[in-house]
Amino acid sequence: MAASSLATLRSKIEADLRGRVASPFAYRDRNAFELVSTGIPEMDALVGGLPRGAMTEICGAPSSGRTSLLLSALASRTAEGEVCALVDARDSFDPLTANAAGIVLEKLLWVRCQNIDQALRAMDLLIQAGGFGMVAVDLSDVPTKTARQVPLNAWFRFRRAIEDTPTILLLLEQEPHAKTCASLVLRLEAGEAKWAETSPRVAPALVRFFSELPGYPFANLLRGFAVRGDVLRSRIQMPQPRVINIRDGTQPRVAVPQNVEHGIFESQTIWRSR
Amino acid sequence: MGFACVYIPDFLVQAVVRGQRALGDGALALLGGAPPLWSVAAANPAAFAAGIQLGMTKAQVTQFSNVQICMRSEAQEKSAHAALLDAAWSVSPRVEDIALDTLVLDLEGLSGLFGSDENIAQELARRIAAIGLAARVAVAANIEVAIHAARGFPGITIIPAGEERRRLGALPVGVLTTEAETLEILERWGVETLQALAALPVLQLSERLGQEGVRLSELARGVRQRSLVLAQASLSFAEEMELDDAVEELEPLSFLLGRLLDQLCARLEARALALRALRIQFELQPSFEKDFQTLQEDLRTKPEVKHFEKLLTLPVPMRNAKTLLKLLRLQLQGDPPPAPIQKIYMTADAAAPRVAQNGLFVPSGPDPEKLEVTIARLAKLVGEGNLGCAELLDSHRPESFRMKRFAVANEQSKQSSNKELKTKERSEPRASVTVLRVVRPAQAVRVEMRDGQPVKVYLRGMRGEVIAASGPWRSTGDWWQEDAWHQDEWDLEIEFAASSVVAAQHAAPVLPQQKHDQSQPNRQSGTGPQRGLYRIYYDTLRQEWFLRGVYD
Repeated sequence: MAASSLATLRSKIEADLRGRVASPFAYRDRNAFELVSTGIPEMDALVGGLPRGAMTEICGAPSSGRTSLLLSALASRTAEGEVCALVDARDSFDPLTANAAGIVLEKLLWVRCQNIDQALRAMDLLIQAGGFGMVAVDLSDVPTKTARQVPLNAWFRFRRAIEDTPTILLLLEQEPHAKTCASLVLRLEAGEAKWAETSPRVAPALVRFFSELPGYPFANLLRGFAVRGDVLRSRIQMPQPRVINIRDGTQPRVAVPQNVEHGIFESQTIWRSR
Repeated sequence: MGFACVYIPDFLVQAVVRGQRALGDGALALLGGAPPLWSVAAANPAAFAAGIQLGMTKAQVTQFSNVQICMRSEAQEKSAHAALLDAAWSVSPRVEDIALDTLVLDLEGLSGLFGSDENIAQELARRIAAIGLAARVAVAANIEVAIHAARGFPGITIIPAGEERRRLGALPVGVLTTEAETLEILERWGVETLQALAALPVLQLSERLGQEGVRLSELARGVRQRSLVLAQASLSFAEEMELDDAVEELEPLSFLLGRLLDQLCARLEARALALRALRIQFELQPSFEKDFQTLQEDLRTKPEVKHFEKLLTLPVPMRNAKTLLKLLRLQLQGDPPPAPIQKIYMTADAAAPRVAQNGLFVPSGPDPEKLEVTIARLAKLVGEGNLGCAELLDSHRPESFRMKRFAVANEQSKQSSNKELKTKERSEPRASVTVLRVVRPAQAVRVEMRDGQPVKVYLRGMRGEVIAASGPWRSTGDWWQEDAWHQDEWDLEIEFAASSVVAAQHAAPVLPQQKHDQSQPNRQSGTGPQRGLYRIYYDTLRQEWFLRGVYD
């Protein structure tokens, strides 16, 4: 009797939610994400990729390589033909370096905001619109004190809105704010800057002499810097290899990232990367 | 079978009701003529039943409490006729425009699409009903027979070949289009029906009425033949609405705009077209102050009517009235009309509808209609110029780009650009690029130089030691113009002392707009000096140093 009433109740709930929720009683693993490349193999090896339908936070101090990682991810998505959006909270995006990083600018909707309030509203509108491969929100120039004032329920709402969509929500900040709403939190730190070896400081007299000539042959040259990425939090379950050799039934060696402590990559200036 | 005729009974009334659906129920009389001599120009059967007669004055009509009074609207008649034509073109490409309320369609070859003549007539009536008009449809092998049958019989009438004379015989001679004098003569002869007219000998009829008599006899017998005079389809669509009372607020205005857009979209749908651009012209009420001007010359001159225009250009053709209304509302909220509106004139540029089929292996993007609404909302939030996609300009000037309207590329260009990108990616593996975060507008900094190199940088009260420098990288251009530039750029690695940062109460020495944040213990500044890579430049024309951005 009890079982039949339970079944009736279940079928009634399913009927009521038809068209809105596909299967309300089916178990859904919320930590199983489709992962896409960050555009940097070292970071892919560290985290497996960026999760779709989830929030990812990249944080770090200025000059830590956050924006380089963001633009690599955007370049990777736009190269696949996906339409992406960048909400720029303090209007600091540089289209020239973005183009050099490989971003297809025609596929990137750039929203130039003036404050965090505009940025959050713009993010909300873009998530509601749907269809974007990635919605990136650059809050890294927003004072930490201001960013911390965003209520946690707002982040929960964003996480809920992005769930079950193919969109990657990427946040760039000085420190993580979304707490448990983020499925992946990365912190980046910059290593030593790399300069061309012919330093003008070793020969100031020569610099003075040659500075009169056009071209400055002894000028130093910035070549980039090393970036170290650490995972602060990750809910991503690393994918298991599903390929099996037909002959012996064993699994072949597939390059699945596991047990990598941190990812180190080199960020190169555009005159060097060319 | 050959031809179908569409006739709209009480066209003047139906045209007004089409624009104002609330008038549809009950008796309605339309007034026409020059003020103040208004008289009844048309009325619906309910009004005639109530006692209304054509030519009654307004004062007489107002005596009937159960009859609604409305002004005749030529604009709405024109719109209704255009809509009727569109509905007819949606069934047959060969249409003759006979009168405001009468059209004839050539049905040759349509049986493959719609089936029997009855099916065609029903489909035609259904499509005309969709644009808000109730039509009579008659199908016959002869154009004139179809016209008279449509005018004489209600609903759908099918007249098989050979039965024209018999079927038309019951109709009164009033359905014939001829002069009133001729009809009077026929009435005096006692000829009341087409059957009676057809029975008269043609020779004697021609002796008394001339060639007109022969024509009328042929029409009555259903034997008069002529060919169709085709109407040319136009790609411009217009809807117009004149308001009795001027509208001031956005809410009621949206309601009216929604109705006009519904009509426009129904017409576009009938022609299998979509809307590419929408131009709306509002006729504004003359200014209030004019009423108080008592000078003689002002009284003589008519107050000037002002107009307010809005143009909605769409990146992809669409015909969803709800989406269009949302876009219009957003535009009007940002820039509302300066005075109450008394007339709305809406024109649409039509285009072929977009292809909705996506490629199997192409990633799906945002829905163009939804995206357009989102972009309009974002534009309202951040401003029109702060949204779009960046387009690089062919110039060495720093920050040489412009904002372009964002639109999802069409399928073909999407595929071709994908192909190009993939080939490019295969040939040139990219490394991670050091990105410059730009400071807009560039912030003034103080720089100490030694041996031609910057050694110290003062930024918002912080002092930084230059660890390494690269430059100067000179760029100059447009010297022949007023906005010439001449800059020496430097890439610097700067170390800001922790004490300096704390003294300046800065969490991060990067951006000028950044507010002070004392509560955040900076990971680097809290423990030691803070390093960063910056790009600064010396503006030779302004003789000043500026911070362009930070490498990140």
